[in-house]
Parts: sequence; structure tokens; C-alpha cells
Amino acid sequence: MSDSTLVSVENLHFSRAGRPIFSGVDLEIPKGRITAIMGPSGTGKTTMLKLIAGQLTPDSGSVHVGNDNVHRLSRQALFRMRRRMGMLFQSGALFSDLNVFENVAFPLRVHTDLPEHMIRDLVLIKLQAVGLRGARDLMPAELSGGMTRRVALARAIALDPDLIMYDEPFVGQDPISMGVLVTLIRRLNSAFNMTAIVVSHDIKETLSIADHVYVIADGKVMASGSPDSLRDARDPRVSQFIQGKPDGPVPFHYPSKDFYEDILAPSEVS
Amino acid sequence: MSPLTSLGHKTLNTLESLGRSAIFLVQALFHLPRAEGVRLWLRQMYFVGVMSLPIVAVSGLFIGMVIALQGYLVLSGFGADEALGQMVALSLLRELAPVVTALLFAGRAGSALTAEIGLMKATEQLSSMEMIGVDPLRRVISPRLWAGFISMPILTVFFSVIGIAGGYLVGVDWLGVDQGSFWGNMQGSVIFLDDVMNGMLKSVVFGVVVTWIAVFQGYDLIPTSEGISRATTRTVVFGSLAVLGLDFILTALMFGEF
Repeated sequence: MSDSTLVSVENLHFSRAGRPIFSGVDLEIPKGRITAIMGPSGTGKTTMLKLIAGQLTPDSGSVHVGNDNVHRLSRQALFRMRRRMGMLFQSGALFSDLNVFENVAFPLRVHTDLPEHMIRDLVLIKLQAVGLRGARDLMPAELSGGMTRRVALARAIALDPDLIMYDEPFVGQDPISMGVLVTLIRRLNSAFNMTAIVVSHDIKETLSIADHVYVIADGKVMASGSPDSLRDARDPRVSQFIQGKPDGPVPFHYPSKDFYEDILAPSEVS
Repeated sequence: MSPLTSLGHKTLNTLESLGRSAIFLVQALFHLPRAEGVRLWLRQMYFVGVMSLPIVAVSGLFIGMVIALQGYLVLSGFGADEALGQMVALSLLRELAPVVTALLFAGRAGSALTAEIGLMKATEQLSSMEMIGVDPLRRVISPRLWAGFISMPILTVFFSVIGIAGGYLVGVDWLGVDQGSFWGNMQGSVIFLDDVMNGMLKSVVFGVVVTWIAVFQGYDLIPTSEGISRATTRTVVFGSLAVLGLDFILTALMFGEF
């Protein structure tokens, strides 16, 4: 692994309930850049983030973060490693019994011995960055979906991690918060040199911020390269995905027998 | 799948689940407590213990009153109604207080623990805690386990005391049993080590088992609404059956003469 790589995934195999999700995936996530992992729903993009974070164990292959082999670490060492990571969950996953301020303060309180006034300042700086300083006293149940995700982002960056992973950050966002999130992800990367992994199938937004893109399908890396090179890709499967066409080598329909045969067949229900 | 294969499959699944729950218990229990841990434990003592107190107190009162009433009807037939205090105290201390408190605890606190932890799992709060570098076994599970272990014997003491008061109310105040013989017979027949401590030992065992079942069911459930509902039901069913089954074994060991 070269010095400029933060995360490297080698020959990763993973299956769930007997169904293979990954069969031989290799990824290199360079330091200080935004890398996107894209692919149709159900290809295991979120699973990949959980494998990198050590929340799941692969069948074979390895994941390195810095110099640590994630799945060889002891439970304690794994939790220490995660302090250098931030993850933005699709649902936000805020602690429902703590208000906005305490949610963002949580990582600071458990991992640092900072005095209360410094914690307050740091939390307010992070909340200011996501535009929610005024919402500090609200409970998670009182927030909209977009606000929840922004608070979760403030919490994920509370300890200034080296690596931040975004799980479907744009899903279910209105156009304004979508734009805000795109700008935030870009700014965090450029201002703090944070390495970012964005998992998404929102092509336009993701390609606009990513430095490098991996497209995963059928358990393998189907294509990788800069956003421009993917836009011009010749591979029909890649171009179908990037241009969002329903017809192409990737079928829209779940595998089944012929439609007419199915409709005209004698009823299975008596 | 043939019935034999299916039986083998179920047996292996059950054994695997038992193994997981044992590892889970060891990982959650054994680590050095810190100041923060004590604060979290006190908070859970309130939710698990103090909040269960009203239902335990009311049940204890009524059960004490019923035993006194039933006991009086039988004992007075033999002219032995002065033994009422002894009967109320022994049935409460040895059996009813630990068992009924544990059953109420499984229904009131156990189901709440399972549902709470399950919902935290379903909304990815446990997962996000892990990503922040905090072990949920220490932060979420351990304080709840210790709170259950410690509050059960305390609740049992409350149950016994209030139950005996209920028995006094009915037996002495209402039915006219002599106050001196009510307390005197009780004092003469209840042996501290045999009766009180054995009852307490039972409640300690029940506390461990019921809380363990409740917390593990919440942590291990399938994170869907159906999964949460099934796990909550399992907590109450498994918890109650475990209490009744263990009660027989413990009673045989403590009071049986082999």
C-alpha cells in the first residue's frame, strides 16, 4: 500500500445468508480525496462501508485502514481505530434521548477530557458549519429529514476524523438541502483535507464532487476512473447506469419466467 | 427438509444462540467501572427499578391480603388462626415474593428493555455508537444488566414487606386475629438464613436470568417492527418460564430433603 492510500481493500469476498455480495473486490481510497462508490441498489454499497469500518467480517480478503488490518484488530483496538473515522448514516441515527447539542457533544465527551466551555465552543462551531447552531436545543424527533442528516454530519466530524464515510447522503433530500450537503462535503474535503468515501446512486451530485469513482455491480468492480472518464465510458453496462437508462445489459426486471407465459398460465391460486 | 434435518437445524440454531448469549453476557459484564458508568447505571436503576416499584407494591399488597383471607378460612377451621402470621410470612418469603416479583419484572421492565434496545438497533443508534468508537455493550447493555441484577432483590424485599403488611391488615384489623400471636408466631417460625436468605437468593438468580434474557433479546433481534414485537414477546414468555422452572429446581435444592 502506498503512502498516499488511506484505505485499501484487497480481493474481498463476502456473502450473506449464502448469497454472494462481493466476489473479489479491490479498492484503493487515496488520502485527502473524495472517492465515490456507486452502483445499483442492492449491490452492497452500504455493506462495503460496514466492512471498512469492521462492523462486518469478510469471508476472505483484507481491508487496511492506514497500517491497520481492520479484521485482525482486537475489539478495543477496533474501537480506537473508529475514533479516526466518521460515518454519516442514511437515517442519521441520532441518539433519540439526547438533544441536538448533546448528540454533537457525545463523541467529545466520551473521547476527550476537554472542559465544558471548550466542548460548547467546538459543538457550536460544528453546528454553525452545518447551519444548525440555532437548533441546538431541539430533540431529534423535532427535526426534518434534511436537518437530521446535517446534525448527524456535525456529529460525524466532531472529532475531526481522517476519514469520513457518507452512506447515501443525498437520498430523500429536497433540492435545497441536497445542494447544501454537496457543498458541505466538498468544503470539508478541501478545507480540512478529510478523506471521503461517498456511497450513492445519485449520479449527477456524486459525479460533481468525486475525484475518483468506482462502479460496483454483480459483486465486482465494474468500472473505475475519474467522473469524466466514466461519462465517456464505452462499456454498455456502465453507460446504462451513468445515463440512467432502463433498458440495457442491466435488466430492470427481477429474474422471472416469461411475462405472457406467467399471465396465461393456469392460476396457482385456487 | 426432512423432520430429522429440521430438528437438527433447530437444535444447532438454539445452541448457537445460547453460545452467543453467553459471550454477550461475559463481554458486557466484565470491565472496570468508570464514573460515567456509575451515572449511566443509576439512570437505569431509576427506569428499571424505581419505575417498577408501583406495580410491585400494589401486587404485593393484594397478594398479602388474599393469602391472609384464604389462610384464615382454612386455619380457623382447625382453630389455628393464630398461625396466620407464620403462614403469610413463609409463603411470601419463600415463594411468592421472589416468583411474582420476577414475573412482574419480566412483564414490566424486561419487555421495556427489549423494546428499547431493539429500537436503538433498528434505528442504527447502536451502529452509529460503534462508529463513534463507543462500545454499546459497555455503554448501553452493561448499565441495564447491572440495574436489573440489583433492583430485582430490592423489589423482592419491598414485595415481602408490603405483602406482610397486607396480611396484617386483613388478618388482624379486619378478621380479628390476635396481634401478638400474628407477630409472635411469625417471629418464632421464620428462620433468617433458611427462609429470608433463600428467598433472596432466588430473587438474585431470577434477576440475572430475566434481565439477561431481556437485554439479549433486544440486542440480538432482527431490526424490523415484526422482529421487535417477536423479541418482546419472547422476553416475557422465556423470562416467565425460566423463572417458574428455576423456582422448582431452587426450591428442591433449598427445601427438599433428599
